[in-house]
Amino acid sequence: MVRFVSGLTVTERQVALVVLLALSLIGLAMAAAGRGDPMGAQGFIVMIFSVGLGFAVMSGYYAPEPDESRLSRYYDDPTKVGIVLTMIWAVIGMAVGVWVAALLAWPDLTFDAAWASFGRLRPVHTSGVIFGFGGNALIATSFHVLQRTSRARLPDQFTPWFVLIGYNLFCIVAASGYLMGVTQSKEYAEPEWYADIWLVIVWVAYFLLYLRTLARRKEPHIYVANWYYMAFILVVAVLHIVNNLAVPVSFAHAKSYSLFSGVQDAMTEWWYGHNAVAFFLTSGFLGMMYYYLPKRAGRPIFSYRLSIISFWGITFLYMWAGSHHLHYTALPQWVQTLGMTFSIMLLVPSWASAGNALATLNGAWHKVRDDATLRFMMVAAVFYGLSTFEGSFMAIRPVNSLSHYTDWTVGHVHAGALGWVAMITFGSIYALVPWMWKRQAMYSSRLVEVHFWLALAGTIVYVFAMWNSGIIQGLMWRTYNDGGTLAYSFIDSMVAMHPYYIARAFGGLLFLSGAVVGTYNVWMTIRAAHAEAAAGETGADVPIAAGSGAMQAGE
Amino acid sequence: MEIAHDAVVAFSKSWGLFYLVGFSLCVVAYAYWPGNRKAFTHAKMSVLDDDDRPLGDRPLGDRPLGPEA
Repeated sequence: MVRFVSGLTVTERQVALVVLLALSLIGLAMAAAGRGDPMGAQGFIVMIFSVGLGFAVMSGYYAPEPDESRLSRYYDDPTKVGIVLTMIWAVIGMAVGVWVAALLAWPDLTFDAAWASFGRLRPVHTSGVIFGFGGNALIATSFHVLQRTSRARLPDQFTPWFVLIGYNLFCIVAASGYLMGVTQSKEYAEPEWYADIWLVIVWVAYFLLYLRTLARRKEPHIYVANWYYMAFILVVAVLHIVNNLAVPVSFAHAKSYSLFSGVQDAMTEWWYGHNAVAFFLTSGFLGMMYYYLPKRAGRPIFSYRLSIISFWGITFLYMWAGSHHLHYTALPQWVQTLGMTFSIMLLVPSWASAGNALATLNGAWHKVRDDATLRFMMVAAVFYGLSTFEGSFMAIRPVNSLSHYTDWTVGHVHAGALGWVAMITFGSIYALVPWMWKRQAMYSSRLVEVHFWLALAGTIVYVFAMWNSGIIQGLMWRTYNDGGTLAYSFIDSMVAMHPYYIARAFGGLLFLSGAVVGTYNVWMTIRAAHAEAAAGETGADVPIAAGSGAMQAGE
Repeated sequence: MEIAHDAVVAFSKSWGLFYLVGFSLCVVAYAYWPGNRKAFTHAKMSVLDDDDRPLGDRPLGDRPLGPEA
C-alpha cells in the first residue's frame, strides 16, 4: 500500500484524502438518513471503505515525493492492482456461480437464509463475473494498452486510481446490496439509483482519462485496440444512463421506480442488456485481443483494414439487435423483425474479427501448441466465432420460439462468457503479469497449462449440459397430446433437467478450479518479483520480451 | 408533441436504411483509401515494438522501428 501511495505526488495524496473524506461523509449521510432501510447498511459499507482507504493513504502520506524520472516510464501501478482485483473477483464471482448452479440441482443449499436464496445470489454471480472480473480486467488492461499504443504516460496519477477504486466500490455496494434484497430487477442493471449515480461519475472520469492520454499520444494514428476500448467506455456510459433513469422513493430510501413502464421499459432494458453484451463483453475484450494476441504471437494482426471495418460493423449493427430478446411479446412485430435482421447481419463483423485473430496465428501454430497463454487466446477467438454464430441463429424468431426461456440461452451466454471473455482475459493476464512485474515468465508454466485444460473442459461440460437441457426443455414445453393439451407438466421438465444441472455445476466447478490455480500462479509470480526486488536487484530497465516469453512457456 | 407510430416506422424503414448503407460505404472507403495504407501498416507493426518507455520529447523517428524497417 505504502509503495503505491509513495508513487503519488503530495498534491495527489491530498486530493485522494479530500475525495475519500467527501466519500466517507456521503457514507455517513446515507447511514444516518437511511436508518431502517437497506440504504443505511449501504452507507456503512461506503464509510468503512473510504475511511479504510483513507488510513492507507495517510500511512504513506509523509513518504518522500517520487522523483521526476517516473515521467520517463509508463504508470503501471493501477494496472498491477487491477490485475490482482481481477483475479479476486474471478474467484468470488465464479464460486458464487457454482453455488447457484448447485442450488438448482439441490435447492436445500439455501440453508433457509434469505440472503442465500437463488434470487439474491444469482446477481452476485452475474455482477461478480461481468463487472467484478470482466470490468477490472478491462480497466487494468486498457491502462496498459492505452499507454503503450500511444507511447505516452497517463496524464496524472490520481485519476486512474479514482477510476479503478471507485469502480470497485460500485461493485462492492452492488453485491452487498443484492444480498440484502436491494435490486432494480433489471438484468445486468440491478444496482439501485445511488450506486448508478456513483458509477456515472467514475465512468466519466474514465472516459476523460482516456481522451486526455490520447491527446498526449506520440503515435499519429490511434491503434485499433483503443477504438474498441473507447467504444466500450462511451457506449456503456450512454446505456447505463438511459436504462437507469429512475425516480427514488426518497433520498433516504434504496428503492426507485423506472421512468419507463410496460413494453417501453422492457425495450429499454434489452436495448441496454444486449448492448452490455456488445460493448462490455465484446468490444472491450476485442480491444484486449487486438493488442495481446499479436503481441504474444509476435506477429502483426492479419488485416488491419478488416479490424477497422469490423469495428464499425459491430458498433453500428449491435445497437439495433436488442429487440430479439423480446420476440413474441407486446413489442411491435416490426421492431422484433428489425432486431432479428440486425442480429443476423452481425455475424459478418463478428466472424471478421474471429477470422482475423485466427489468420494472425496462421504460421504460428507451433507457438499455439507450445504456449498455453497463446492457446487461451486462440480458443477465445474460436469460441467468439461459435457463440456469435449461435447468437445470430437464436435471434431468428422461429428458432427463438424453441430456445427462449430455456437453458439453451444460459448455455449460449456461458459459451460467450467462459469460452470467449474469460479465456481472452486469462490469456491476456498471463501475457501481462510477467511484463508488469519484470519477470521472464509466469511462476509456473505448467500451472498455466493446468488452468487451460481445466477452463476448456469446464466450458465444454457446461455448454453441452445446457444445450441438451435447453433443447429438451423447449421440446417438452411444446409437445401436445392427442387431446390438444400439453403432454408434459412444467414439473416433468424440471425432473428431466436434474442430471444436466448436476453436470453444469460440475463444469462450473472445473472452471472455478482453473481460476483458483491461475490466482495462485499470479500471486506466486508477484511474490517472486518482490523477493528479487528485496534482494537488491533493480528491475527498472529490463526490456519486456514478448517473443521469448512465448517460447519459454513450453519448457 | 405526439410522434405517430407510423411516422417512426416510415422513417426507420427509409432513412435508417440509407444512412447505414452510406455509412458503411464511407467506412470501406476509409479502410481502403490508398493514402491511409502507410499509417495502418505503421500502426499494425508498431505494437510489436518492445520499447517499453513513453516517447516523451524524443522525436518519433528516434527509435527502432522493429520488423517494419
